[in-house]
Amino acid sequence: MEKSMERTLRQTWAFMFRGYHLTRRYISWVIVFNFYALTTSATVALIGVAAKDYQLTLTLVVGALQWNFLSILYNEIAMSIGYERWEGTLEYTFMAPVSRVVHLAGVSFYALCNSIVNTTVVLLGLMLFTNLNLAGANLFGLFIVLLVSMLAFVGLGLMAAALPVMSPERGAEATHIFQGLLLLVSGVYYPVGVLPAWLQPLSRLSPATYTLSACRKLVGIGNPASTSQYLAGAPLSAVTTELAVLALMGAVLIPSGLWVFARVERWAKHTGKLKRTG
Amino acid sequence: MTHPAIEVRDLRKSFPKRKGLFRPKVSEEWALDGVSFEVASGETYGLLGPNGSGKSTLIRILSTLLIGDGGEVRLLGHSLPEEQAEVRRKIGRVSVDAAFYKKLSARENLLYTALLYGLKPGVAEKHAMEVLEQLGMEEKKFSVPLEEMSRGMQQKISIARALMIRPPLLLLDEPTTGLDPKSRRDVQAFLENLRAQEGTTILLTTHDMGEAERLCARIGFLAHGKLVAEGTAETLKREARAANLDDAFIKLAGEGLIDEEAESVLEEA
Repeated sequence: MEKSMERTLRQTWAFMFRGYHLTRRYISWVIVFNFYALTTSATVALIGVAAKDYQLTLTLVVGALQWNFLSILYNEIAMSIGYERWEGTLEYTFMAPVSRVVHLAGVSFYALCNSIVNTTVVLLGLMLFTNLNLAGANLFGLFIVLLVSMLAFVGLGLMAAALPVMSPERGAEATHIFQGLLLLVSGVYYPVGVLPAWLQPLSRLSPATYTLSACRKLVGIGNPASTSQYLAGAPLSAVTTELAVLALMGAVLIPSGLWVFARVERWAKHTGKLKRTG
Repeated sequence: MTHPAIEVRDLRKSFPKRKGLFRPKVSEEWALDGVSFEVASGETYGLLGPNGSGKSTLIRILSTLLIGDGGEVRLLGHSLPEEQAEVRRKIGRVSVDAAFYKKLSARENLLYTALLYGLKPGVAEKHAMEVLEQLGMEEKKFSVPLEEMSRGMQQKISIARALMIRPPLLLLDEPTTGLDPKSRRDVQAFLENLRAQEGTTILLTTHDMGEAERLCARIGFLAHGKLVAEGTAETLKREARAANLDDAFIKLAGEGLIDEEAESVLEEA
């Protein structure tokens, strides 16, 4: 039992080890991606600064940070199989005696570390461009909401990760289309009420909608008592509905993601699609 | 009772092939059509055949990466695909392309594999270094990114990766294709030692008749997804009344070992 646990921990660590060394070797690209994430976020946040509206600036900053965190988490997991295909190592990973749950958990942990680093870089950068003052915001509540949201996004990532198993190019395309749809319908930078009526029902299916709604309340956005000196962040009890929906989505999406992945893997083994290259 | 290391019975695998652009007709092409053979524990068995004959499909089924349409496969007493988890712990594989993270060093790639197999990195690294030393690799090369290494060196690291886990069964899919003569000789000598000293069972696919004759106790000729002949090199030559294994293959399989790329086309379809 102890040996089995030790082996599982080593196997999970394998994906962190791989991710760390690949990041080290591709460090110039990592800097480029972080720089791009920072500049696009700053560009959006400066719209609020130009309008001299602190509440708008905060809305845009919270949206940018949330989107960085959740989209990187989703994208790293969703593209993990695609990356293996490009590197040519897919067959060796799939014939290793590592369960798919441990494999995908390792990939997800690394994606989480990556998201935290990227979002921290963006947050520090945004402080240079905006007069950001989070005094009064419920930071503990924000941490809890992000933690619960993460589960739903990991589930979505797992489902999307199965797509490049079926077709490397089409799968990667579909993954990005889905990510774009999430950005559009979740109201990252605007209230979902401004979306066309026919699109609004979709926003209810996106976990990011609930994450953003909860985070805005916890930061104090929309609260008339909030000022640029002190924010009137809501207590955690004010976002229990959002937390419940996010927890439910995570509870459904993670097992569903694993189930979809297992089905697609089996299909790929029957059709010969589980190959080093496309 | 000891099981053969590899038992394959009436194994069949087909891939759909589409013809036509607008109203494609889908037909089934048999990559393996009723293949049966056994490999005893500690034996080196060679599978010879041109591209498209089904060698890689067979190796991919034995590696748990592909599921056959029919027939039975047992490796080291475990049935596939049902007991794939047990099989994966006991097999090592070297393919024609050394599949690595090319930006990572040899050491990083090997440690990643060791962790993936749940091994203690220190112990696994020691095994890998022993193999690489026997293959004539210098230690200073271990920290060089794979992309800066020759194909011969990459293939040696691929062999070290497969052997690091000390597998009782080794699947070698054209491991010396594209290697320079010196690297090829190093690999062949190493495989001879491995079988003699460790008693590792080896299934080797190759185009190289000389290599098969040197390394394999028995050889199977695979053509169009069928095992058309099987035996020792001498038996096959005698049966075909041929002076060498090349001629024996042409007589028994009805074709030469020509590069047709047919198998890869079949699987792409």
